[in-house]
Amino acid sequence: MKTLGIILLSAMLTDNFVLSKFMGICPFLGVSKKLDSATGMGIAVTFVMICATIVTYPIHHGILVPNGLEYFDTVVFILVIALFVQLVETALKKLVPSLYKSLGVYLPLITTNCAVLGVTVLNIDNNYTFLQSIVNALGGGLGFMLALVIFSGVRKKLEYADIPETFKGVPATLIAASIVSVSFMGFSGLFN
Amino acid sequence: MTYVVPVIILGVCGLLAGVLLTIASKLFYVAVDERIERIGEALPQANCGACGYAGCADYADAIVNSNAPTNLCRPGGADSAKKIAEILGTAAAEVIPMTAVVHCNGDCNATEQQFDFDGVQSCKAVKRFYGGNGACKYGCIGLGDCVSVCEYNAITISDNLAKINPAMCQACGQCVNACPNNLISIKPKAKKIDVLCSSGDNGKATKAVCSNGCIGCKICEKKCPVGAIKVEQFHAVIDYDKCTSCGQCKSACPVKAIH
Repeated sequence: MKTLGIILLSAMLTDNFVLSKFMGICPFLGVSKKLDSATGMGIAVTFVMICATIVTYPIHHGILVPNGLEYFDTVVFILVIALFVQLVETALKKLVPSLYKSLGVYLPLITTNCAVLGVTVLNIDNNYTFLQSIVNALGGGLGFMLALVIFSGVRKKLEYADIPETFKGVPATLIAASIVSVSFMGFSGLFN
Repeated sequence: MTYVVPVIILGVCGLLAGVLLTIASKLFYVAVDERIERIGEALPQANCGACGYAGCADYADAIVNSNAPTNLCRPGGADSAKKIAEILGTAAAEVIPMTAVVHCNGDCNATEQQFDFDGVQSCKAVKRFYGGNGACKYGCIGLGDCVSVCEYNAITISDNLAKINPAMCQACGQCVNACPNNLISIKPKAKKIDVLCSSGDNGKATKAVCSNGCIGCKICEKKCPVGAIKVEQFHAVIDYDKCTSCGQCKSACPVKAIH
């Protein structure tokens, strides 16, 4: 139980996928303009991460390893992730059309979001058990959402800030992102 | 075997995914009227909001689902209206080409500035200081809030006065909302006569600050054969529904405020 807690919190905070591992930067910068789309994106990514882990873990250990096909991980995993992203997309289009519109191109881009593939591959690399993998995926997803939500707040402030002309727009956003990332460094060494 | 097993595994995974997605797409099927997409293509995608909807996609949706008029798109004009009518199979609604016009002629030769403004260089900011730095509190401030919102580069500032180039103006109305003095309005392109003053001061006060200002003498009112021009709040206003562009008010105006 203690290990699970540590895995969850370290995936969320110390090893935050966006702010410590620099994975999934494109939705981090693309969808963090508004709080509601940031939360929506966070939930979508968390869902895809957990579902992908539930499916890829048995595939890896049940099918690929016995056949000596570990090198096949990436291809199969991406296929599984694409499947779930497509599922989320069709479901969102029907159930929450406004969120579907505000996420726009970033929704299908979850497919190639390295954070999602990162979770599934890291689960295998770290020799996690099935339960640990799911907890790691949950932590990763929540961490991703946390980063997006925090950053959407920062960006809101940034809108009102008086920024020198040359830094307006993307440069200021990237600098702000780096500062948020620095703040997450403070979590390092929290769990051993 | 080295090649067969991976192929089979990937094939089976792909097949399963395909089946699942087919089920999901049936389950979450959303009926989309294909006309909406085609109307969206017929619109210029300027997303200016001049039609009163939140953007081109929203307008296309409204045309199909809530019977919105097909001639509301100003940037698209007659072209768009014709294409939309073809898609819907109805007669094309008439589109009157519109343009924006700045109702002020107080350039730096006609009027003066009361003080130099050193703050944020925007009309809205200046307007907050004693109603603006121009001698006339109703006239064009000339810092170009309208220029910065215009997506068609139709507005230029010359001699401290905003001018709209009707050839480039798409009448989207962004500048109308941007002007803190509400100097800009949208009018039919075919109507040639404009009153270029919006002063709310009486004739004497207007004359004291601007040599091009309307003094509200009502000569134009008397000259107009169709009663299209009226002095309201100390300056003449043209009713474009009645105006025939005969130009009698223009030649009669003693201060040349009508152009």
